[in-house]
Amino acid sequence: MRTAINLFKAFGPLCLAAGLGYLAESGEMINPYWIQIFQLACIIAISSLGLNLIYGFTGLFSLGHAAFYGVGAYTAALVMKSYGGESQYVFLAALLAGCAGAAIVAYLIGVPTLRLTSDYLGIATLGFGIIMKVLFDNIDSFIPQLGGARGMTGIAKMTTVPWAVVFLGISLILVRNLIHSSYGRALVSIREDEIAAGTMGIDIFRCKMAGFVAGCALAGLSGGLYAHLYAFLHPSNFDFFKSVDVLMIVVLGGIGNMSGTLVASFGWIFLLEGLRVVLPPEYIEFRWVLIPVLLIVTMLVRPEGLFGFREFPFLSGRDDE
Amino acid sequence: MLLSIENINVYYGRLHALRDVSLQVDRGEIVSLIGANGAGKSTALKAISGVLRPRSGTINHEGRDLAGLPPHKIARMGVAHVPEGRGVFANMTVRENLLLGAYARRSRREAEESIEKVFTLFPRLSERSAQLAGTLSGGEQQMLAIGRALVARPSLMLLDEPSMGLSPLLVGEIFNLIGEINREGTTILLVEQNAYMALSIAHRGYVLEAGGIVLSGLSADLRKDPRVQAAYLGDVGTPPPE
Repeated sequence: MRTAINLFKAFGPLCLAAGLGYLAESGEMINPYWIQIFQLACIIAISSLGLNLIYGFTGLFSLGHAAFYGVGAYTAALVMKSYGGESQYVFLAALLAGCAGAAIVAYLIGVPTLRLTSDYLGIATLGFGIIMKVLFDNIDSFIPQLGGARGMTGIAKMTTVPWAVVFLGISLILVRNLIHSSYGRALVSIREDEIAAGTMGIDIFRCKMAGFVAGCALAGLSGGLYAHLYAFLHPSNFDFFKSVDVLMIVVLGGIGNMSGTLVASFGWIFLLEGLRVVLPPEYIEFRWVLIPVLLIVTMLVRPEGLFGFREFPFLSGRDDE
Repeated sequence: MLLSIENINVYYGRLHALRDVSLQVDRGEIVSLIGANGAGKSTALKAISGVLRPRSGTINHEGRDLAGLPPHKIARMGVAHVPEGRGVFANMTVRENLLLGAYARRSRREAEESIEKVFTLFPRLSERSAQLAGTLSGGEQQMLAIGRALVARPSLMLLDEPSMGLSPLLVGEIFNLIGEINREGTTILLVEQNAYMALSIAHRGYVLEAGGIVLSGLSADLRKDPRVQAAYLGDVGTPPPE
């Protein structure tokens, strides 16, 4: 019975939000452009949540998050394009494939790099991100359907508001439950003091790997959703600057804070698009002046991020844990 | 014999930090390792707990060789290391720190029991259980570090400089607690610069100098040894009454 109530508490609002989103989408009550932006915000939030798991909770400095996002996007798009047509089941399978693809690549990258200490890991993942961008640019030589530098077209538009909201909700619940488990405490203790964590009996390498792979899997999932939102993939969507975007969101929201990541993701995306509406067209690139200024001000005023240590009630652990 | 170290050699790069160090710790004992700064005391503890890997020699704990094993495996064999500078997880609560001490033990109930025991031993930690460890005072952090190690119910506890940075009053309090923990059955290998305090609580002692053991014996004998008195006890003054 308690499980049922908890399940309802967790998924009730989620279903409500998804339902409202569905109504808004099908009834065209809101400008479809903004609906698309809302979906993008959900997608970026999933990816940022993944990076927060890697950087914020486990303390692994990664500068290559967009590469894993890209692996997920291309994998999912390829699966869908090859087998899917318009089937929802294949879409789900494609998303899982994107998730798994990113996780496998993360594991392979993790084996040599996760033994490095923080700064060096940053450089290694930066290098990996650049290699992946070059690979995406030239991948049409191996797999012509992926389009390479010309971009990949003809992907079914499968991502809807309910899908985006449901996957964001599931990701939030998964990360929350992980963080408040003893495994999650082990991840945080590695961030706090690696040597002390080892002497607690925590297998440092395995835990780092678990955090890294799980975070990258979330990036892969969000990549798959992204691919089926715009129906077009281009390598420039997965370059170094996209990794920095996600890193900004995590730092702005507060390192190791899920609520902050959530709010900062939506804030970031809606601010970018909102400025597009507010600013006169000839000043549109002025956004890239305003946003860094905003970033600097935030860091000066709230160096611990927007939320610091506080979490929304539905994201905080039970008090005795 | 609970712990028996034979001729271990530890290097930091090309620096030879421990030279053919051998020492024994019997079950139920407090053994202290004293010596000047840089003599290799902390290095010896790190070699036992696996934080450093000895280049040669054996470290036998309850019949198994620990040399070369990673720290988490050694911790799971019942060796708890309380590092110098305490190493508490500053951004986690006192309670979370203690729960991490029980990480290797999967039973939730046992963990809760051990934590309750630590709270009776250190009532101050109980009052502050929801507070972030980084906001505790130095003495409280030391208590937390020791308490966290106790939660794992180790057979051997390695204590590195528990008196560091504490007021004389607190040093006395911490050493009383160490004695109590020992009487309840935990074997302790203690590294201390405060040789007087260390020898007053330990059963036996080893003196480490420039990476090698130069002297060993019962604490009472070491305290009377003129070389120890000159080098390590000279400025401590007269011992307070027991």
